[in-house]
Amino acid sequence: MKPLLAHLRLELTLIARNGESLLLTLGIPVLLLTFFATVDVLPIDGEPINFLAPGVLALAVLSTSLVNLAISTGFEREYGVLKRLGSTPLGRPRLLAAKTLATLAVEIVQVGTLWILALALGWDPSVRVGFLAAMVLGTIGCAGLALCLAGSLKALVTLAAANGLYLLLLLLSGMVIPIAQLPGPIQGIARALPSGAMTEAVRGSLSAGGSVPGRAWAALVIWAVLSPLLAVRLFRWE
Amino acid sequence: MAAVEVHELTVRYGDTIAVDGISFEAQAGQITAILGPNGAGKTTTVEVLEGFRRPLAGRISVAGLDPIADHAALTRRMGVMLQSGGVGPGVRVLEALRHTAALYDNSLDPRTLLEQVGLNGTEHRTWRQISGGEQRRLALALALVGRPQVAFLDEPGSGVDPQGRLAIREVVAGLRDDGVTVVLTTHDLDEVEKLADHVVILDGGRIVAAGSPAQLMTAGQSDEVRFGAPPGLDATALAQRIGAPVHEGAPGEYVVAAPGTPALVAALTAWLAEHDLPLADLRAGRQRLEDVFLRLVAEGSFTRPEPRRRRRGRR
Repeated sequence: MKPLLAHLRLELTLIARNGESLLLTLGIPVLLLTFFATVDVLPIDGEPINFLAPGVLALAVLSTSLVNLAISTGFEREYGVLKRLGSTPLGRPRLLAAKTLATLAVEIVQVGTLWILALALGWDPSVRVGFLAAMVLGTIGCAGLALCLAGSLKALVTLAAANGLYLLLLLLSGMVIPIAQLPGPIQGIARALPSGAMTEAVRGSLSAGGSVPGRAWAALVIWAVLSPLLAVRLFRWE
Repeated sequence: MAAVEVHELTVRYGDTIAVDGISFEAQAGQITAILGPNGAGKTTTVEVLEGFRRPLAGRISVAGLDPIADHAALTRRMGVMLQSGGVGPGVRVLEALRHTAALYDNSLDPRTLLEQVGLNGTEHRTWRQISGGEQRRLALALALVGRPQVAFLDEPGSGVDPQGRLAIREVVAGLRDDGVTVVLTTHDLDEVEKLADHVVILDGGRIVAAGSPAQLMTAGQSDEVRFGAPPGLDATALAQRIGAPVHEGAPGEYVVAAPGTPALVAALTAWLAEHDLPLADLRAGRQRLEDVFLRLVAEGSFTRPEPRRRRRGRR
């Protein structure tokens, strides 16, 4: 227990100390939420905030579990941190547990902050528990992809790939721009992406009269199983 | 039973044999140094002992454990100092040491250890802010904070200034007094002469010599006397006087091809005195470890089978 807590503490300290990661995890979601809720440019029926708030919550998960996890793990691997820790009694299970808990802790802070901001901007949620399941499955699916990148590519390539993927998934996943606005052939791909399925499930579980299509749950579960398995195969510790 | 036992270890990367059937032991409470030129297989050997690398063949035991099968148990008994890195750039010195100390059941006091390696005053600076030599000393402290039975130190003194090297040397010598088994790789032959109890010299993945520094230096004994004096001495006249051939290698560095008997040395110094010539240094019989090492490694490069050395066409 002591080693796990010590490592969790270090993970959280480093996240809090890293300004760039805070910009990504809180700055961008807050900016997008405030901007598009205030400036009425999105092609949405009804209050934009009711569409935006669930999307931005999903975006927060994407930024933490995919982008931040990939970049920090990629550099830890490059700096020999993972190799050195591999020679200590910390062990891989506790290392992964600490990373998972740190990711969840950051997500809780993000969801709390964004939730309060969204309510202040006039959000009227109708909460069903499916929203938590969607966030957790989405986190696992994205984290698996993050470790695929971080465990097989050089740190700088991981940095570029994770940031590129963030922008791409932000545009394609219906977080801010409705998937229905995308060109037809892309819509199917967008709904099958872990981020697209997560957004659909989160929005369906938080909107009045909303529902989550079975294929969104199926996509979430498939990604949550496949991407960690792929990560185990691809991950190299040095 | 020795603390570290290596029997017929072979490691291969692709087509390259990095380590070729080596056997040696490191005794508990002793400092064993693995020497060799770059690419000799030193780091590969240490990484197998640490359980980071799976050997192609061979039997390995570290503190009575198999480094791969018993890795979890081994992590509680070994300390590892990597050749470079190991800490994130934004982590502070004391923070890193406290974190690693907390991973062990019974650890050393982080502040006392920082003082021992000469890092007091840098506690709150980050890895990025301290010098390369300070990074090496922190890496040493991180390897030792868990009170290891066996410490693996990969080039502990590289890139460290003389004062820092002295601090590292004192700490490593102190480990021996505490009964810790130390296995270190290094290029610093002076360090090995002063510190090591046992030396294993690798070249091309094979052991070319092993023994205590004194044994290696005596075994390398050659029938010659080396001395330094002003360049351009009359070597023929000197040779006549002392009754042995004299050869000037590098300017001012002379080799007398005869055993360094007291009579020969007396004749040599007398001749220099008569000509009022200063003597820069004089070595007879026993060689420095450096001479032994350079001779062994130079010989090795001729006998080494070429195809084994060829790396696959990367980069």
